Amino acid sequence: MSNTTYQVPTMAEMAAKGESPEVLFWVGCAGSFDERYKSVTKAFVKILNKTGVSFAVLGPEESCTGDPARRGGNEFLFQMQAVSNIQVLNGYNVKKIVTACPHCFNTLKNEYPDLGGDYEVIHHSTFLQQLINEGKVTLKGGGTFKGKKITFHDSCYLGRANNIYEAPREVLEALDSELVEMKRCKTKGLCCGAGGAQMFKEPEKGDKDINIERTEEALETGASIIASACPFCMTMMTDGVKSKEKENEVKVKDLAELIAEGLV
Amino acid sequence: MNYLSQLLFLITVGIATYILTKRISRIRKNIMMGKPLDRSDQPNKRLNTMLMVAFGQQKMFKKVIPALLHLMIYLGFLIINLEVLEFVIDGFAGTHRIFAPFLGDFYTLALNFFEFLAMAVIVSCVIFLFRRNGLKVKRLSMAELNGWPKLDANLILIIEISLMLAILTMNATDQIIQTRDLAAMGMHPYTKTGTFFFSSFLIPLFQNMDTTALVITERFAWWIHIIGILGFAIYITYSKHLHIFLAFPNTYYSNLEAKGKMENMKEVTNEVNMMLGLPSESSEQAPAEIGRFGAKDINDLNRVNLMNAYSCTECGRCTAECPANITGKKLSPRKIMMDVRDRSEEVGYSISKGGKGLDDGKFLLGDYITAEEINACTSCNACVEACPVNIDPLSIILQLRRYQSMEESASPSSWNAMFSNIETSFSPWKFAPTDRFNWADEVKKEEMN
Repeated sequence: MSNTTYQVPTMAEMAAKGESPEVLFWVGCAGSFDERYKSVTKAFVKILNKTGVSFAVLGPEESCTGDPARRGGNEFLFQMQAVSNIQVLNGYNVKKIVTACPHCFNTLKNEYPDLGGDYEVIHHSTFLQQLINEGKVTLKGGGTFKGKKITFHDSCYLGRANNIYEAPREVLEALDSELVEMKRCKTKGLCCGAGGAQMFKEPEKGDKDINIERTEEALETGASIIASACPFCMTMMTDGVKSKEKENEVKVKDLAELIAEGLV
Repeated sequence: MNYLSQLLFLITVGIATYILTKRISRIRKNIMMGKPLDRSDQPNKRLNTMLMVAFGQQKMFKKVIPALLHLMIYLGFLIINLEVLEFVIDGFAGTHRIFAPFLGDFYTLALNFFEFLAMAVIVSCVIFLFRRNGLKVKRLSMAELNGWPKLDANLILIIEISLMLAILTMNATDQIIQTRDLAAMGMHPYTKTGTFFFSSFLIPLFQNMDTTALVITERFAWWIHIIGILGFAIYITYSKHLHIFLAFPNTYYSNLEAKGKMENMKEVTNEVNMMLGLPSESSEQAPAEIGRFGAKDINDLNRVNLMNAYSCTECGRCTAECPANITGKKLSPRKIMMDVRDRSEEVGYSISKGGKGLDDGKFLLGDYITAEEINACTSCNACVEACPVNIDPLSIILQLRRYQSMEESASPSSWNAMFSNIETSFSPWKFAPTDRFNWADEVKKEEMN
């Protein structure tokens, strides 16, 4: 039976049936192609299915928001991407978007309105926090994470860029885990090193890679899980943990994965 | 004698005002070389930001000890300058402590409070001098500060200490003179002021001097203080210390939008819309003259960017928080601001001398700021968050990158590869666009529980 498996409807399919979902899940390029981040996408889709959220994805119609092009200085390319995406989104009359990528989130929320794309855009950390607050997410009693030390690495594009510091922390607290903060956190959180299109090039010459500096700080907390809410942070922190040869003791996980694991 | 000193005072104030007006007008012109930027929106929010961040020193208090010391100097500056009003009236009118007879005990109280602040300023400045030169705080001893910036910082502290010492010397000698018989010397007696607590400690130093020497010392200290203040006002227009004034407009005009948002380039939007066959805002009008895409020199930046540069006091909190700088990369947001100011001064100076100005063959990008610096930025906004006066170095870095990419196609090769991936496969990585939705295949087969 099809209704016992997870559903991932596309906007095109829904439109063909004359339906429109409450929210569009913007998957993002990392969520679509990156081996590691695909499991975050899947975890989030499972949560959406289990909590009965009416959602759809763009599927093959989705395209890069243009964020890395814009940060790299290529405004033409950014705007070409943005304008075409806005045509697709407005074509489906999209009102509300949720995404698991803070870079897509920032671009869709703050930068598309200037180009004619006005949507209510929510990052998945806020979305998960709302689901928890509304009682739609029920976590297993006893808790898989009870007493486990988790540290949260702030994504710059959630934190300083958009002032979202509490939502991801509230999500982690719902897991009954012990949340430990790094020395530099919230407004003073240290970047993972991948923002501003750094993800797509080698770092400039220096003494150290930024992700190593940040990983050392995360390891100092003694946490066994480094929680992140951004695909780039995920890559950088995972690489950092590997280079410190701690990948067996310390896991880097996205909020959505942690919630999905704890779901009843 | 009195008329002579009044005349001298008038001349001194006149010369200082002339130089100061010229400097202010030069700096204003320099800032106006930038592109206009409309930040006339949300006046209440802007006023509130200015009151909290500049007047209220809100962001300074992220580091409590320096913030308290800085607060002492700031309050000293604001409040002791009330006394300068008396100085000015006395100077023009040839009077001596004109407020004292009117205010009576309150005058004594007020001056004691000023002396307390003067002491607090001296103590804070001495600690700051020690911290700068003895403690080797990293952000205060980096190579970018070598030469003038370091000297500038020390000079400011020394001048402030000297100005305060002048007040205390003046008050100490004044108190002794009040006890001497000036009438016997054919002079008006000094107005009784009551006891000033802090300067009383200096009385033993001067007690043995004869009355004439005391009056000369007292007058000398008075002149030193007033000339010092006027001279300092001119000095700071050449110094990083300009933040004491510019912090206010700088915070008022600071960015109120989400820090993650980049300014939209309308001139690009018009071209993109035309290319995609969409109606564009200015499709009927002839395309506006486009100077350059992005920024290569200061006139490509906006006026707030340039005001930011003049407001920077080189504290280096931005650089201390910059992930690139922390890990040894060349980028230092403070240096970006210093470079923008140096270049503005250079161009402004050249123009004022009838020189080539912007056409001197030099550019901000290349001659001051290198590609290596701007390419190291992660756009994490740590510098913006850290700045106590809301300076935005990131805005400048990203405009320079726009020039690098759109005018020169000189972005790092991996970025150019990323750009072409986005163009051809709509993702920064080279994957077939048709595979974008493949992730769902597995999960669609999985059973829910």
